[in-house]
Amino acid sequence: MIDPIEPPRRKNPLLRTRLPTSPPRARSRTSHGFTRAAAEGRFMLQRCEGCGAFTYPAREACPCCLSDALAFVDAPPRGLLLAETTAHVPSDVYFRERAPWRIGLVKMDCGPTIVAHLHGDCVEGAPVRMSFQLDKSGQAVTFARPEGETPNMADDKQWREMTADPRFRRVLVTNGRSAIGREAALALKVAGAKTVFVGIAEPWRPFAGEKLLQGQDGIELVSLDAADEKSTRNLAADIGGKVDILVNTTEYVRPGGLLDREGTSIARDEVDQAYLGFINLAQAFGPIMRMRGADGINNSVAWVNILSVYALANWPAFGAYSASQAACLSLSHCLRAELRPGGIKMMNVFTGPVDTEWFQTVPPPKVAPRAIGQAVVSGLKGGLEEMYVGDVAEEIRQRLAANPKALERELDR
Amino acid sequence: MQGKALQGKALLELAGAIASDAVRVIDLSFTLSPDFPVIVLPPEFGQAAPVRIQEISRYDARGPAWYWNNVTFGEHTGTHFDAPIHWFTGKDLANNAVDTMPPKDMIAPACVIDCSAQAAQDPDFLLTMPIVEAWETRHGRIPSRHWVLLRTDWSKKGWRDYSSLRDDGAHTPGPDAAVMKWLVEERGIIGFGTETIGTDAGQAGHFEPPYPAHHFLHGAGRYGLQCLCNLDQLPATGAVIIASPLKIQNGSGSPLRVIALVSST
Repeated sequence: MIDPIEPPRRKNPLLRTRLPTSPPRARSRTSHGFTRAAAEGRFMLQRCEGCGAFTYPAREACPCCLSDALAFVDAPPRGLLLAETTAHVPSDVYFRERAPWRIGLVKMDCGPTIVAHLHGDCVEGAPVRMSFQLDKSGQAVTFARPEGETPNMADDKQWREMTADPRFRRVLVTNGRSAIGREAALALKVAGAKTVFVGIAEPWRPFAGEKLLQGQDGIELVSLDAADEKSTRNLAADIGGKVDILVNTTEYVRPGGLLDREGTSIARDEVDQAYLGFINLAQAFGPIMRMRGADGINNSVAWVNILSVYALANWPAFGAYSASQAACLSLSHCLRAELRPGGIKMMNVFTGPVDTEWFQTVPPPKVAPRAIGQAVVSGLKGGLEEMYVGDVAEEIRQRLAANPKALERELDR
Repeated sequence: MQGKALQGKALLELAGAIASDAVRVIDLSFTLSPDFPVIVLPPEFGQAAPVRIQEISRYDARGPAWYWNNVTFGEHTGTHFDAPIHWFTGKDLANNAVDTMPPKDMIAPACVIDCSAQAAQDPDFLLTMPIVEAWETRHGRIPSRHWVLLRTDWSKKGWRDYSSLRDDGAHTPGPDAAVMKWLVEERGIIGFGTETIGTDAGQAGHFEPPYPAHHFLHGAGRYGLQCLCNLDQLPATGAVIIASPLKIQNGSGSPLRVIALVSST
């Protein structure tokens, strides 16, 4: 039984803020198959294409038949906790600070026996649900949870090291003028965020949903034009130390590619809003978030970007926009690496066309802004790094993995 | 030549009067800043780039002894000047851009029509012929090559009321079509200036012709000034406006520092 986390008290200003530390990082290249699984919230193991045996840890050859045809495939996540132990005085700084720390041996129904971090409610001899999670080093680790739900399950201290639950945390949603920003703010508030700061650029310009946001307890409208260096820095000066989760909902969608547009002014706006806005946000909020990675119950934990799935493959109908999104995707990988020492997760939420005005003429399926808001919350709770929201995004992901050239040709319509 | 000698002396006297505050210099410009409202067009049109100020260095590793910025903005941001080439009616005129306009047009006297009381009552207040005629009865005929500045005290509002956007567009005061045509054709004004975003009223797209200030002013090679402030410090007549836009190649306008010289006596 897990004790529920308490709303954090105000900090004692006489005490130094503890700096983040990281668990061991080293992994073999092959075992990054698990990193990919963890990033997407899937449970994948290597399976021998020769004899069909699942194997763990990552190997170059099958321990049963010595075949080198080992592929990462989705595997059944159920197992049985054979034995558990508690490390009271680990030698590693990260674990020593968090001791006592429980680990155990799990016999998977599909074969292998796996050493895993344990949820506090796992008991020896009982079935567990295994998952790959990303730890504070951004590396995949195995984590065993009880098979069913238990009270305050998400509040387990070891589980919280792997996740970025919004509960009691303070969130900045960077653009509240858009439907996505609005829905994200509302969903995060429902998920228990203490405060959701919602950035509003050009506050002199009225926008839909303004009244709705203004009337919400725990939602605070703040002046933020991410494309403007000064505005971004001013906000960070005010609330930078109180942003535990940043959700970058910058949205600047315009149709058109290259030849049917005249000049670069729209492209400039796209770059200004999406790319330079990202840089301004990162430079203003990144350093303090990285520094606050171990700052108590409401430590800073995650940075979320809402990106078009066409960041992965250009859709010529929205070609220049796709390129601006690709640039942001690339930046996100840079920021992910730079935030790593703070243990800050960087989650990219990829969406297909959203059910908003700029995609008016695009036929369905389109993603409801509300679904994106909910995905942000569920991704944070699960500690994910990549999410694909809606049918189009998921389809693009699969087609890209299958044959990038085919996807390129087929998007050209 | 006697005329030149007199002129030289007059200029020195002017400089002396400015130094001694006998002539006051009033700044009619807003600070050029990223948060100042810009004109809003339907999103499918090209948009005025907002003001952006990006630091190059500030006595730091990027430049240890100096502070400077890169600045970008649209030609029609902040307190700005409209040249005739800005509007289709002025597109074929000679010297119609900010770089080719005669420099002497950058200095001219102004008539200030105070409509602040009416504008406070009605955001859609329009300057009309009777109001100008009443003004002329009090202050005399508007001389040619003078600016006409419409004082509304709009510049004193907060940004939201200043841009005054509703779901049917902006609601800000301006001139009606008849008075604009008359000021240009019958009074030969050099230009028209306002405190609002644009020389035209917020709803002027529905006028006949649409945007009459732009239409008539620029069609006749005259100029516009907008986003002015401190018009309440100007006398009805007698102020001299200095408005020299940036010399942008073939520029349609430019942000600028507008100053007024006003006699203290």
